[in-house]
Amino acid sequence: MEVKPFEAIVREHGPAVLRVCRAVLGPQDAEDAWSETFLAALRAYPGLAPGANVQAWLVTIAKHKAIDSHRAAARRPVPVAELPADDRDTPSGAAGRDVPGVDGGRGDNDALWAALKTLPRRQREALAYHHLGGLPYAEVALLLGGTEAACRRSAADGMKKLRALTLEESP
Amino acid sequence: MTMPLPQSLVQSPTQGLLLPDAAGDDALPRLQSRLAAAAADAGMLDVAYTVVDTPVGGLLLAATPEGLVRVAFACEDHDAVLEVLAARISPRILNAPGRLQNAADQIGEYFAGARRAFDLPLDLRLTAGFRRSVVEHLPTIGYGSTASYAAVAALTGSPGAVRAVGTACALNPLPVVVPCHRVVRSDGSTGNYRGGPAAKRLLLKLEAA
Repeated sequence: MEVKPFEAIVREHGPAVLRVCRAVLGPQDAEDAWSETFLAALRAYPGLAPGANVQAWLVTIAKHKAIDSHRAAARRPVPVAELPADDRDTPSGAAGRDVPGVDGGRGDNDALWAALKTLPRRQREALAYHHLGGLPYAEVALLLGGTEAACRRSAADGMKKLRALTLEESP
Repeated sequence: MTMPLPQSLVQSPTQGLLLPDAAGDDALPRLQSRLAAAAADAGMLDVAYTVVDTPVGGLLLAATPEGLVRVAFACEDHDAVLEVLAARISPRILNAPGRLQNAADQIGEYFAGARRAFDLPLDLRLTAGFRRSVVEHLPTIGYGSTASYAAVAALTGSPGAVRAVGTACALNPLPVVVPCHRVVRSDGSTGNYRGGPAAKRLLLKLEAA
């Protein structure tokens, strides 16, 4: 089996990994996690076993980067994850929302993130790794601990709550 | 392989988060450039490439940290060329135009008729032995002139190796920059070329102007 140029891996899996990072970490921290994930993957890529499930491998790396990011957030004097998205990194508060470069003008992302972050982290992660990262629940269980059935339940509960929230907020 | 999402999520106005490749989301191109820069800084960008538009079509330019390692015509299939580079050099390959800026500028000047010789670091690792020796001698054929396969064989000190010179030119990893297009048949016809005979005639006409 031919080894693909890493550029092909980035093009094929970059969007899914970004979806996972955004759902787990929120729009702000997601981009750093994405960058760290792909840089770590590039380092290890020549040693990846032929025929490996590349997306599952990338999502696993992203999960570890997310843990690092959560730990870093926990060390910050103010727990950023608890603040409304509008107040983060933008002294001007809500006004910063549509400023390009602050969140790239992706107000929609902030809205979904606002809904996602109300979920318990385990539900959010189970949902992200399965529905957005494409991991089977058996592999989600390896990442999150617990049984496959418990992870399936977490994702379903999270999805139910999220669906209710996003429908509620739709105009 | 992504699992199907509930319709309400996909159709919600918040789908931007779920579909980062959707129009209006510039995150991925930006993240890809950032990755290429970080990879280069970390010494992990083994092969950088870009594609430049030229009168002979899109030219793939690929470089290792040592120098330009491959120039490929569109008819060679750029994706197939990158797969060969992944196998022969390293799979750590990214689209990273920064490393190719100087080469791209010089190729632009060449096709504009403003440059007669290339001044670029070259990485000749994709050619070896007699073929490499031919590739190293080709730049001695000056801009606007041609040499026969037999003359190049004599130049490399192997006058009997006319056919081998033909093979070496056909497999030149750096066409255009290393001027194998200046090697023609003894009867004056242009002969074959990696980029097709039309591309060879175009280059010779450009240089004759």
